[in-house]
Formats: sequence, C-alpha cells, structure tokens
Amino acid sequence: MSAVTAAPGGRHARLHSVKDGGRVLPGLRLSLGLTLFYAGLIICLPLAMLIIVGARLGPAEYWAVVSSPRAVASYRVTLLSAFAATAFNAVYGFLLAWALVRYEFPGRRLLDAIVDLPFALPTAVAGIALSGLFAKNGWFGAPLGAIGIKVAYTPLGIAIAMAFTSLPFVVRTLQPVLEELDGAIEEAAATLGARPLQIFRRVVLPVVVPALLAGVSLAFARSLGEFGAVIFIAGNQPFVSEITALVAYIRVEEYDYPAAAAIATVMLATAFVLLVAINALQAYARRHEALR
Amino acid sequence: MKGGAGGRGLVLAIVLVLTLFVVIAPVSVVLVEGLSRGVGAFFGALGEEDTLVAIRLSIVTALVVVPINTLFGIAAAWSIAKFTFPGRKLLLSVIELPFSVSPIVAGIAYLFVYGGQGLLGPFLEEHDIKIMFALPGIILASTFVTAPFVARELIPLMQLQGNDDEEAAATLGARGFQIFRRVTLPNIRWGLVYGIILCNARVLGEFGAVSIVSGTIRGETNTLPLQIELLYHDYNTAGAFAAASVLTLVALLTLAAKVALEAKVGRGPAGR
Repeated sequence: MSAVTAAPGGRHARLHSVKDGGRVLPGLRLSLGLTLFYAGLIICLPLAMLIIVGARLGPAEYWAVVSSPRAVASYRVTLLSAFAATAFNAVYGFLLAWALVRYEFPGRRLLDAIVDLPFALPTAVAGIALSGLFAKNGWFGAPLGAIGIKVAYTPLGIAIAMAFTSLPFVVRTLQPVLEELDGAIEEAAATLGARPLQIFRRVVLPVVVPALLAGVSLAFARSLGEFGAVIFIAGNQPFVSEITALVAYIRVEEYDYPAAAAIATVMLATAFVLLVAINALQAYARRHEALR
Repeated sequence: MKGGAGGRGLVLAIVLVLTLFVVIAPVSVVLVEGLSRGVGAFFGALGEEDTLVAIRLSIVTALVVVPINTLFGIAAAWSIAKFTFPGRKLLLSVIELPFSVSPIVAGIAYLFVYGGQGLLGPFLEEHDIKIMFALPGIILASTFVTAPFVARELIPLMQLQGNDDEEAAATLGARGFQIFRRVTLPNIRWGLVYGIILCNARVLGEFGAVSIVSGTIRGETNTLPLQIELLYHDYNTAGAFAAASVLTLVALLTLAAKVALEAKVGRGPAGR
C-alpha cells in the first residue's frame, strides 16, 4: 500500500513523507490521485473551459464585449460600491476586532460569534433581509426616507449589501494579529509621554497594517464577486445600479454565452490578481510577525 | 492602553451600535417577518408545493455534495499535510481557488463543460444525459463552490499534529485505512465535523452558481434560496420570509455548533 516503495525509480520515488526518517506513511498515491482527479475535474476543467470560450471570441470581439458602455458602467458601480463597503469595514472591522481582543465586557463571546453571521447566512437571505429593512416602509427605510435618504435601488444599497457579506474577513484577519500585539509596548510609549493617538499611529498601526490590508483585500475581493445579497436591494437598473456579476448573468439568460464568458473572465482575472496580492500581503504579515 | 477608560467606552458604544444595525437587524427582520404571522401561517407558507419541492431539492443536493467534499477534503488533507511533493503549494492554491471565484463565474464556467454548447454538450445530448438545468448540474456547481471547506479545516490541524502517531502505528504493522481510522481520525474528528457543518451550510445557502446552472424552473429545479427569490419577486413576502427563516435558523444552528466545536478544536483559521 506504500506509495513510495510501490514505484521504485519512477516519478513517485522523489516523493517523501514530511518527516522522512526512513519510515513512510501509506496512502499518498491514493489520496493524491483522488485529489488531483477531483481538483482537475471539479475545479480546473470548468475554469479552463471558461477561459477557452472567452479566448475563442478573438481580441476585437472580446474587447467590444468587455468595453461595452453597459459593462463599463457595471465595473464602475461594482468597484465604487465595493470600495465604499470596504472602507466602512476597514474602520468598523478594526474597531470590532479591537473591542473583541482588548476589552472584557459582558456578551463578548456572543459578539464574537455574531461576527460570523454574515458568512453563515445564505446570501439570498441577506438580500431579502436588507431589501426588507430598507424598503419604503421598512425598519430603516421609513426613517431614512423621512429625511430624504434613499438606499434601496441605489448604489448605496449595493454598498451596504457588500459591507454586510464581507465584514467577517476584516475582523477575522485582524484578530490574531491584535492578540499578538504586546500591550506593554503601548504602555512604555505612554510612560514616555506619547498621547493615545500618537501611540495608535506610531506603535499599533505599523504592526497591524499588513493584516489590515490583507483583510481589507479579502473583503474587497468578496464584494466584487457578490451576487445574491446585492441583486435584491440593487434595483438592477442598467448604467445606474447594475453590478458586473448581474451583467454576466443577464448575458447567460439571453443565451449570449460568448459575451457571458468574456465578462466572467474579466471577473476571474480581477479575482486572480487580488488573490496574488492577498497572498503576498499575508506572507509579508507573517514575516513581519516572525521578525518581532 | 489606548485612550484609557473613555476610549474604551466610546469604542464599545460604536461597535455595539454598528453591530446592532449592520448585523443583528437584518437577521432579526427575517425572523420577525417570517414568524410574526404565527406558527400556522409559517408552516402554511412552507407547505406550498413549490416550496416543498425546493426544500427537498436542497436537502438532496446537500446529501450528495457534503459526503463528496468530505471524502475529497480528507484525501486532500492527507496528501498535503502528511507528505511533501513538488507542486504541493500549487495544489493547495488550486483547492482554495473556489473561495476567490465569484459564484456567478463558477456557474458560467460549468455551462461551458456540461451545457448544450459546452465541451461535453454533444456527447451528453447524444446519450440523453441531462446535467445542466437539472439536479446533476446543481450538485456539480454546489460541489465546486464548497470544495475547500473540509480540506481547509483539516490541513492545518493535520500539519499541527505531525506524523509521529501514524508512523508509530505503521511501524507496529497497522495498514493504511486502519491508521487513518484508529490514529488520525480521533485526532481530527472535531475539525472534520466543523468542516462538514460549514460545507453543509454553504451548500444549502448557495445562490449565484446554482441560479446559473439550475435554469430556475419553477417547482422543478429551484433550490430553497432560488425559491426565496422567486417568492419575493412574486410579491409573496410571507412565503419568501418563511423560507428565509428556515435558512436563517440553519445558519444560527451552524453558528451554535461552530461555537461549541471551537471550544474543542481551538480557534480555526479565518472562517469564510
């Protein structure tokens, strides 16, 4: 059953158990084979086909689809809403993580559990919940309407939906870093006469920034791809409140599959660039932590 | 400490008020709208035929997808955490890819494999196999979206525990599955349960990818989240919120299980 000895001299002979002390665990060939088969069939094949179909369009037609005014308007709406949502979450998420890590208060564990609600709640449920809240006669919609603020069917509503679904990314990425942060350094700075805001800017922020950026990028990436929570509250008016994911969805409904593929590849490429950036930031954050 | 007692009070007040508005209010509105009409109305709304079909479809999907992704998660974790091989990091990134891909993109990608004009479309048509706009398509898309859940819980856990126990067992003559069942499984069981619960919650809640591949045929291929959208757009608010309450209760149970399990396994990685 031992995968390594089973293939002497072959490709697998180079494979080693993590702590290779001459003893070798069984099951590599079976588990890796299964994993590669599954990853190939379920993950890689569809994404590869998406790229192939997108590429089949040819440069001119591809460009015409992805730079059409409606698509470009959707990029603007999506990016601006995601940016607003992420900026809000950077502040709110930081304060939330700070409160959870630094303060003892009744209900702290409950609050910690509540942070995961946006992940646990299906996006369609979040969608109708927010849509109900901000409806003309809703809990929030009615008082906001009275002072002339409209949320439903506007980009503001899109931003709120994105903020809701992506909040846990910021909190959960910051929490471990804040836990590592040594309160003694802040106290030393205070003893040396630093004022609270100075301490925050000069002592806390430099240590926290890589993790904050990583969390914020994760939240931003999630917001760009969000669909279920957004479409209920967005109103989905082309050029005004239509997100890119919905433009791709509508192309599918119109059976314009090549155009759907082109727009989907734009989203895929954006997600990929963000993923690489996030990985780099997280590696940097870890190194930073190790150096201290 | 930052800002002393005044800063603490201010930060706590801001955090609690924002959390009340941003997180707690949306969840509450679903439960209030869903349950305030009384138990009879709640079950009446759920008992409508199309909604029952949607509930059944969601449960069937979860019953197929969760075991598949559990098996895959265990296999992936065993190979990645217990061995080193060229391309190991790349494989890990590929496994986590579904987290970064928008569900809509995932759904569209699946169209190009199993759809009429897709890679396997002509073959499937010739053999009269229906995948897109039917249960198999819903299962495949859900499998993609939830592929990383079990694996990413198990990998750090298995790496932390090392190979010593398993190697000792192997030296003593234990065979492959024996080692897994008797040595590894007891060590990772709570992490495994945790991953399964998260995977299950996400399968039941998946919307974007499934909305592309299901074709949203009324009373046939609508899962529960799709049915919520349909009811909502039909102005059947009572029905939509009743169905949404069911999924909200599943989410709350998932969170309760998560809190209970976290006490056993220690804090996991940033959950998604």
